[in-house]
Amino acid sequence: MKLTFLEKKHLVIPYAVFLLLFVILPLVVVLYYGFTDGNGNLSFENFIVFFSGTKTMGTLVYSLVIAVITTVVCLLIAYPVAYILAKGAYCRKHSFLMIFVLPMWINFTLRITALKEILSVLEGNLAYYPFVNTIICMVYDFLPFMIMPLYNSLSKLDSSLLEASADLGATSAKTLWHVILPLSVPGIVSGVTMVFLPAMTNYVVLDMVYNSTYIMGSLIGSYFSAYDWNNGSVISAILLMLIGFFTMFTGRVAGEKEVARS
Amino acid sequence: MKKAVQHMVIFLTLLFLYVPIIILSFYSFTSSTMIGSVRGFSLQNYVTLFTEPELISMMVGTVVLALVVAVLSTLLGTMGAIGSFYAKRGTRGLIELANEVPVVNADVVTGFSVCVLLIVLFRIDKATYIPLVIAQCALCTPFAYLSVMPRLKQMDVSLYEAAMDLGATPSRAMFRAIIPQIMPGIASGFMTAVTLSLDDYFVATYTKPATFDTISTYVVNATRGAQTQIKTALWALSAIIFLIVVLAVVCMNVQRKTEEEAQ
Repeated sequence: MKLTFLEKKHLVIPYAVFLLLFVILPLVVVLYYGFTDGNGNLSFENFIVFFSGTKTMGTLVYSLVIAVITTVVCLLIAYPVAYILAKGAYCRKHSFLMIFVLPMWINFTLRITALKEILSVLEGNLAYYPFVNTIICMVYDFLPFMIMPLYNSLSKLDSSLLEASADLGATSAKTLWHVILPLSVPGIVSGVTMVFLPAMTNYVVLDMVYNSTYIMGSLIGSYFSAYDWNNGSVISAILLMLIGFFTMFTGRVAGEKEVARS
Repeated sequence: MKKAVQHMVIFLTLLFLYVPIIILSFYSFTSSTMIGSVRGFSLQNYVTLFTEPELISMMVGTVVLALVVAVLSTLLGTMGAIGSFYAKRGTRGLIELANEVPVVNADVVTGFSVCVLLIVLFRIDKATYIPLVIAQCALCTPFAYLSVMPRLKQMDVSLYEAAMDLGATPSRAMFRAIIPQIMPGIASGFMTAVTLSLDDYFVATYTKPATFDTISTYVVNATRGAQTQIKTALWALSAIIFLIVVLAVVCMNVQRKTEEEAQ
């Protein structure tokens, strides 16, 4: 009996080794490259260069601007849609959610190509509005990823709470602000996580609409093409730290919600 | 919210999501080289798509890669999930923490870091496809793990014990008592892995052999100045993929409905 337990437990070994070798180790290597100079000595030089250069800082700011606007626009469109699908006029039609999620399964480069063709007919030349086109394409790409988690969280919301709120005399705006929004924070957090980081790094979208301004992802792409592993690692390390902070922050928010609920 | 406003929001969002792909699919059946200029009906794009060797090898390559990666990821993720389900709490915690990394990490960083490790440091030749397959597995396996784990938590653990008490060998008990119970999780993990691999651009770019292209890398290169013939053949590809996805979703819905009615 003891032996069989050992055997089941040991099934984890291949995946543990895989994670260690191909998930953890690559990140360690990237961080090592990022925090050392050419001779392997510990150095923050690379980061000082990045954070003091106007060009590199401009890239960081531009990626943050793109990511924030994309996330906000996605949220503004996805929230009403998710609410209507979960609690509104469409709440009994589960297949409708599928229609909104379906584009997720079509290759994103093909979807962007389609949108690009439409935009170039509407605008005459895509090069006129590179920034607006970037945002439109990003929103088009990521919208389903925002609708999904919001729907999941809103459909779990107890409808009797909304009725109670109305019975106690709250206006629908008050119900939205004091009941629906707070209870859907976990959905908002996971939606934002799914959109914000990809929007900071998905430089293919910018390439496809001829936006030649760099975002953080483009820097890695260009260092990769130049075989500059050190500088590529610096950017990766910066992104990793950003992701670390981001997940720590969102993790804490989600954690607080769970504490508040219990 | 008023009903009319609700219908309007749903309608406009659907319009935004679907108009581009539907218009492109429509134009793929014409001889136009630009949206807006209507010319005659033509299947030329479809002929090009299935006769141009470059396009065929790109499509076959993408599908084969996705299947290989999905099989490996599902195997690894399922074994990992079963193992960590029965392992000590601490081990499971560590595995789940490491499992989260590729999920929250940017694909650019995942691809670049695996490239630095395998191609730059270990000097594995890109042309062997080993870095590509490993990197895409690193991207997909966590999702396979995450789809199997909830099924393990829901399953009836005593079935396995019963099988063992009745004299089954551990492997027989595993395949007869555990695997069938978690099969839906394994299947959805496999599907997630397939779609992730099909959609991936960044990991593939950093680790693929120079001569190999997936749909994503091919399309991105094609937008940097391709011949019109290739460009419009890709419209045909979009239309086909759109059709496949719609059919798959309809089938899933029909199946779910019949299951619900059966209950």
